[in-house]
Amino acid sequence: MALNDQSSNEAVLKAITANRLRDGEVIFLAPGPDLRWVERLDDAALFEDAATDAALAAAKAQAEGEQFAVDVYAFDLRVADGQRVPVKTRERIRALGPTVRIDLGKQAAA
Amino acid sequence: MNHIAPGRNAGVYSYDDIDRRFVAERVEQFRAQVERRLSGELTEDEFKPLRLMNGLYLQLHAYMLRVAVPYGVLTSRQLRKLAEIGRKYDKGYGHFTTRQNLQFNWIKLEDTPAILHELAEVDMHALQTSGNCVRNVTTDQFVGAARDEVVDGRVYAEILRQWTTLHPEFTFLPRKFKIAIMGSDADRAAIRVHDVGVFAKRNERGEVGFTFYVGGGLGRSPFIGKLIRDWVPEEDFVAYLEAILRVYNQYGRRDNIYKARIKILVHELGQEKFTREVEEEFARLRGPKYRLAPEIVDEIRRRFGGPAFETLTDEPESFQAAKAANPDFARWVAVNVLAHKVPGYAAATISLKPAGGIPGDATSEQMELVADLADAHSFGELRVSHVQNLVLAHVRQDALFTLWTALEANGLGTPNAGLIGDIIACPGLDYCALANARSIPLAQAISARFADPARQQAIGELGIKISGCINACGHHHVGAIGILGVDKKGEEFYQITVGGDPTLTTAIGDILGPAVTADETVDAIEAIVEVYLSNRHDGERFIDTLKRVGHGPFKERVYAAH
Repeated sequence: MALNDQSSNEAVLKAITANRLRDGEVIFLAPGPDLRWVERLDDAALFEDAATDAALAAAKAQAEGEQFAVDVYAFDLRVADGQRVPVKTRERIRALGPTVRIDLGKQAAA
Repeated sequence: MNHIAPGRNAGVYSYDDIDRRFVAERVEQFRAQVERRLSGELTEDEFKPLRLMNGLYLQLHAYMLRVAVPYGVLTSRQLRKLAEIGRKYDKGYGHFTTRQNLQFNWIKLEDTPAILHELAEVDMHALQTSGNCVRNVTTDQFVGAARDEVVDGRVYAEILRQWTTLHPEFTFLPRKFKIAIMGSDADRAAIRVHDVGVFAKRNERGEVGFTFYVGGGLGRSPFIGKLIRDWVPEEDFVAYLEAILRVYNQYGRRDNIYKARIKILVHELGQEKFTREVEEEFARLRGPKYRLAPEIVDEIRRRFGGPAFETLTDEPESFQAAKAANPDFARWVAVNVLAHKVPGYAAATISLKPAGGIPGDATSEQMELVADLADAHSFGELRVSHVQNLVLAHVRQDALFTLWTALEANGLGTPNAGLIGDIIACPGLDYCALANARSIPLAQAISARFADPARQQAIGELGIKISGCINACGHHHVGAIGILGVDKKGEEFYQITVGGDPTLTTAIGDILGPAVTADETVDAIEAIVEVYLSNRHDGERFIDTLKRVGHGPFKERVYAAH
C-alpha cells in the first residue's frame, strides 16, 4: 500500500522509478491501483519496505508489457518537513537534474 | 565501405557513394529497430546491444548519444551540424570526451533515427563509440601540423577505421578495444594506456614502421602497455593488428567483465607468452592477403589532401607587435599555441576549460563560432583533443591575434593548455549512470581556485584528471594529480593520487592517503601545489619535483590537519 507524507515523517521509505522508454525521462510510479507514472518525485507513491517488492514487480510487468519504461527499480528516501529527499546522491540528482546545470532537468521547471 | 579485407584492394577511403550508402543503410536499420522496440516487437534485452552499436546509452536523465569523431578530426560543416543537433534535439550544448568524440546528454530514443540521418548528411555517425568492438581510433590532436611529427598518424587511423568497421571477427570482442596512434617522438595520445598503442616512425631508409604496445589500460586494474614489437613494417600493419586481435578473441575472458580487457590477458599470460602467441598468429597471417600495399596507403594519404600552405616566415612583424602590445595575447600564445611544421603557421588550442567551467562542454553557439573561425583561419578543419579541448591546427601566425580576439570575446580564450586549469573530468554523477561521485563540481572548484592565469603559468605543466568512478574515464591514474570519486556510505569522497604520467614516461599515480571530502580535496590540491613550489628547482615540472623529494612532504602537508 502506498503511504502519504504525513504518515512517514523521517522514516526511510521507498519510491519506484524508471526511465521512460521513448525519451529516457526519469519517471516515478504514482499512487493508485492503475500503475500510472509521473515525472515528479513529489507526485510519486511512497512505500514501506514490506510493500515494495509487490509494487515493484507489478510496475516492472506493466512497464515491460506496455513498452512504457525501462530500468525499473526502487530507491530509499526520507520525508522531512514535507520534503522528499532520496537517501543517495544519485537519486537526488535523478530527481532534480545535474547539480552543475540547475537550468536543466526537473529542477529547471520547479 | 571500402573495407580492407583479404583479397580486396581497399584503394580509397574517403566518403564516397559506397560509404554514404553504408552509413545510410545503418541509419535505416536502426530506425526499424527503434520502431520494433517501441512497438514491443523487441524486448529491452534484445534492443540494448543494438542501440549501443549505434552509440546510444541510457544515462541518469535521458539517453546519451555519443557521436564518433574519427581520430578527432572534424570539418567546420560537421561541427555546425553538431551545433544544430545540439540546439534541435538536445539542450543547446555538447560534451567533448577523452576519446575525441562528442556526447549529447538529453537525447530522446524516438528522435535518434532522425539525428543519425542528419549526421549521415555530413558523413558522420555514431558507430564504434560503444559496445565490444574496436572503438574510435585516437591520435595526436596536432597530427599533420606538429613540428616534431615523423609520420602522419591519421592515415593509419583511417586504415584501421575501414578495416575494423565491418570486420566480422571484431564485432563481438570480449570487451571494448581502444587503439591510439602517435606519429612523433612525443606522446600526446596516452599511447601506453590503451589496449593497443602504436608509435609510427621511420627507419634510417625513411621507411614507415610501427612500434606496438599492448595491454595498457586504466579502469579498475590499471596497466601500462607492454612493448611486444619494436618494428612492424608498414605492409604488415594490418596483419600484425589482426594477429593481436585474434589472440585476444581466442584467449580473452568472456566470463567476467572485470577480467575481459586485453590488459588482463597480457598480464595473466605474461608479456613473453602473449608476444609469442601474437608472433605465431602473425606468421600464419602474413602474406599477400593481409599486405597493406603502398598504393593503398598512398591513396588514403592523397584522400586526406593537404592544406594549401603559403610560403611565409615565422614571427611576422604584426604578430610580434601584437604580442608586445597585449600581454594577455602574449600569454595565450605562450601557453596555447604550438609551433607548426610549416614556417609562418601555428596550431592553436581552444580551451574548453574556463575557470569555474565544465570541462569539455561547448554550447551550440560556441561550436558555430569555432566552425566560422576554422573556415577563416584553418582551412575549415579542426580537431578534438583527448584532453577535451579543440584545436585549430593550421593558423597563420599573423592571424593569431584576430583569432584570439574572437575567442576571448566568446569565453574561449582561456590560456591554460597543459596547466593546472586544463582539467580532464568525466561527466561523473551529474550525468553518468555508472558514477559513484560527481567530477564536474570538483573540476569547477579547482579551476576557480587557480583562476589567475599568471599563477597557473608560474605553476607550469601540471595535469589534473578526475574520474567519478573506478572506470577511469577521466584518466585519473595518469594525472600528475589524479582524483577518484568514491562513495562512502552514500557520501562523496575523493581519493588523491600523485605522479601519474600519460606521456612517453608513462606512470600510474600512487595513492597519497585516505580519501577526503570535496572541499578538503580543493584545499589538498592547493597544499600539494604549495609544497611543489617551495621545493622545486629551476625548470622542474611538478612530477620531476615529486620524483626527487618523494611523496612524504606532500602527504604530510595534505593530511596535517587530520
